[in-house]
Amino acid sequence: MAGYEQAHADPAIRPPEHEVRLDVRGLEVRLGRTGPDVVSEVSFTVEAGQVLGLVGESGSGKTTVVLALLGHARRGLHISSGEVRVDGVDLLRLPAAQLRAMRGARVAYVPQDPSSALNPALRIGKQLKEAVRVHSGAVEDPDGRIREVLQEARLDATSDLLRRYPHQLSGGQQQRVGLAMAFACRPSLIVLDEPTTGLDVSTQRHVLDTIRSLCRAYGVAAVYVSHDLAVVGGLVSDVAVMYSGRIIEVGSTARVFGDPLHPYTRGLMSAVPSPLQATRLTGIDGQPPRPGRRPAGCFFAPRCGFATGECRSQQPEPVLIDARAVRCMRVAQVRESSTGVAAALSAAAAAAGEVPVLSVREVSASYGRRPVLTGIDLDVPAESCVAVVGESGSGKTTLARCIVGLHRNWTGDIRFEGASLAASALDRSRQVLRRVQYVFQNPYTSLNPRKTVGQIVAQPLEQYLRLGYRERSQRAARALADVSLGADFLSRYPDQLSGGERQRVAIARALVVEPDLLICDEVTSALDVSVQAVIVELLRRLQAEHRIAMIFITHNLALVRSIAQSVIVLRNGAVVESGPVGQVLDRPADPYTARLMQDVPKLARPGPPGASAQGAAASESAAP
Amino acid sequence: MTGVAPAASPEAAPSATRAGRHPWLSVLWSAARTPRGAAGLTMTALVVLVAVAGPAVSPHSPNDLVTLTFAKPSGQAPLGGDFLGRDVLSRVLNGGWLLLLMALAATAIGIVAGGAAGIAAAYLRGARDGIIMRTVDVILAFPQLVFALLLLALLGPKLWLIVLAVGLSHAPAVARVIRSATLDIAERDYVKVAELQGMRPVKVMGKEILPNLISPLMVEAGLRLTYSIVIIAGLAFLGFGQPPPAANWGTMINENRIGLQLNPWAVIVPAVLIALLTIGTNTFTDAVARVTIGVDRRPEEAALLDDLGPEQT
Repeated sequence: MAGYEQAHADPAIRPPEHEVRLDVRGLEVRLGRTGPDVVSEVSFTVEAGQVLGLVGESGSGKTTVVLALLGHARRGLHISSGEVRVDGVDLLRLPAAQLRAMRGARVAYVPQDPSSALNPALRIGKQLKEAVRVHSGAVEDPDGRIREVLQEARLDATSDLLRRYPHQLSGGQQQRVGLAMAFACRPSLIVLDEPTTGLDVSTQRHVLDTIRSLCRAYGVAAVYVSHDLAVVGGLVSDVAVMYSGRIIEVGSTARVFGDPLHPYTRGLMSAVPSPLQATRLTGIDGQPPRPGRRPAGCFFAPRCGFATGECRSQQPEPVLIDARAVRCMRVAQVRESSTGVAAALSAAAAAAGEVPVLSVREVSASYGRRPVLTGIDLDVPAESCVAVVGESGSGKTTLARCIVGLHRNWTGDIRFEGASLAASALDRSRQVLRRVQYVFQNPYTSLNPRKTVGQIVAQPLEQYLRLGYRERSQRAARALADVSLGADFLSRYPDQLSGGERQRVAIARALVVEPDLLICDEVTSALDVSVQAVIVELLRRLQAEHRIAMIFITHNLALVRSIAQSVIVLRNGAVVESGPVGQVLDRPADPYTARLMQDVPKLARPGPPGASAQGAAASESAAP
Repeated sequence: MTGVAPAASPEAAPSATRAGRHPWLSVLWSAARTPRGAAGLTMTALVVLVAVAGPAVSPHSPNDLVTLTFAKPSGQAPLGGDFLGRDVLSRVLNGGWLLLLMALAATAIGIVAGGAAGIAAAYLRGARDGIIMRTVDVILAFPQLVFALLLLALLGPKLWLIVLAVGLSHAPAVARVIRSATLDIAERDYVKVAELQGMRPVKVMGKEILPNLISPLMVEAGLRLTYSIVIIAGLAFLGFGQPPPAANWGTMINENRIGLQLNPWAVIVPAVLIALLTIGTNTFTDAVARVTIGVDRRPEEAALLDDLGPEQT
């Protein structure tokens, strides 16, 4: 079989249209001049018109790599060795003036957050003109070029648009302006750093289509960084997976995502929820080692099920197998083992006919005079989970805040076990407050940094139940064990925990008082996909064990199937559709839901579900 | 020197600036380990040593007439004599501790009163916020020294009143700073969690918000201490201090300035001590402020933290 790197190393055997635009070899970035490496041994090539996806979880070094592609290192970091050749020119060896001339003209960058990347004080037209004019002589007719690139970015190049300020555009439009700016000088390489994070799914899909067609049309090589595997899967031809500063698997998207060979890639794939079928999400326990604290052998060995003594003592070299490079010594064994098919789940039947634990009727809420919710109806049956889905600004968090009593300005009726709830938490009894628990979206702000985990988890026991110290500590330790955290966490502070661990603590704090209703507000949106899978599985297990009702709020339609029995879809503060998960997601009655489903990025699943010998998990899921 | 010794110990954890674990001490320790902090602490410690240990090593009683009026330095009086012929060295050694004590007390009053007002205004919002902050605005309209003089003129020059007046004149400025810091923290989710647990507002402010205000409170305390020293010494210079025979650095400058050409030490030494003390406390405060916002963190460390997000250290 033809080696992946080998094939690229010899340009003679390549047809002319497969011209290599970007060639990265042995790139290494260190912490300080002599410190440990942050990323190392990074090599890949991108051809004209192709998009390479660089995926990895937070801390994997993907942003460090793409900044190095522009010859830039963040403060404290230092590019210590390697080559970054764009059209044959090594950017890392260029003098500062020439490098500056390359940037923007030959090599363009699209940052993550368009709202902060555009200067709020300058009109769009002026900013675009600057991008073109900064390289004098690069473009002959600046005004014509600006109109051209705006059209290519699917924006109407009217004078009205050019006269607007960035804040007068929507997020999607802002990102299109960013794209137009990047494409304005017809560069050879475009680096896109998660440009669609923060856009809603429909806008995201349109922006992705634009990127793909522009790269094709102008023979631009693009590197697309993302933590969202589904987004990358639909966009790019080749993908490189990063873990702890190394590329651990690189090859064509169909192969890497369709049949992942590195154990880490496999873990990631089974952590990605699918909008099309209910899957049991399996995350990857533990967390990646940080630079300077990496183990002697394979960096993934401590979290890997295939690891042997050799893995722990020796650094793996990339192995060429099945038309891709995999950095794993046991790749042959991994390959032979069953494909990592995500186990299918049967949607549990929602408990029917009972009095709902919570019923929301005709609830309308507003911020000041601006209405954010109108006439919401929602029932949560006992022991079942209702998902509330909507794009940002649809009012889903406001709904949750009305239910728990943090948002006071609402009308209508919210009944908890038949009794109406007061509008404000201040007017509710301790018992009601205890029985409805709320888990916040961001675990980085929901835990008081000055308190230990033990104090945080025990606090509600003191507030609601007035328990003594001994009883409190015992129950806190039990609650932590429930969320798979050991007793040694009791004395830790939140800043010593990872995001996933923090969210577990927040969940333990909510469950320690044995509530009847748990409201989870986007609890996984601040977390990596592998951690998200662990948290969702944890919630599913705890909900069943504690026999509680749950409201699961999310913008991620794909997650709904993995956790909920019924779903309501919100748009602009109103319910557009509600019903059992299967019905709403498979046969959406409302065009809005249908469009959402269609626009959700989907990942090709490895293998047909249930086809492989997944053993226990598969047969378990086959049960009705 | 004395002040730096404990701080230089290698055990001081590199993560000491981060939250948790005796936050007061750890921030002070990391501040003392920066060059700026060490310099400030050294200056402050020197003056504090003179003021505190001074009375014990003073060669004469501060009120004994041991030499001639404005006598040049001699074996008998190493820094010469003051306007009545008392030993300048002895008066310097005896004249600092009360100033220090008063400055500390005034600072404590200002921080407690201003901090409480600021937290309450920011957390309670609404009408109470308006009432507190407009009162603060009115007091802020007076220059601090004038405000203190006004109170003293009304009620008579008593030491406790000086302390109270200076302390209260600090409160408005402290309240402003702490209010804006609290506005941010009051919106954090953990405060909402406490509210949903039915916690009383006073407890929310004391247990959830206050511990997170340690950094701004410490910086504010250092700054106010500097001002307290200047204002109390200034008031002593203007005659509002201990009654005449008592030694006081501020009073000494005033008493002896007519003899500046005859024995400059009687003015220079107390003036330098006051200056050293204020510069020292101010420099150290600056170091504390920098540590709490992470400016003094080594660049590669900062980049690493940014790069890898808020994961474990």
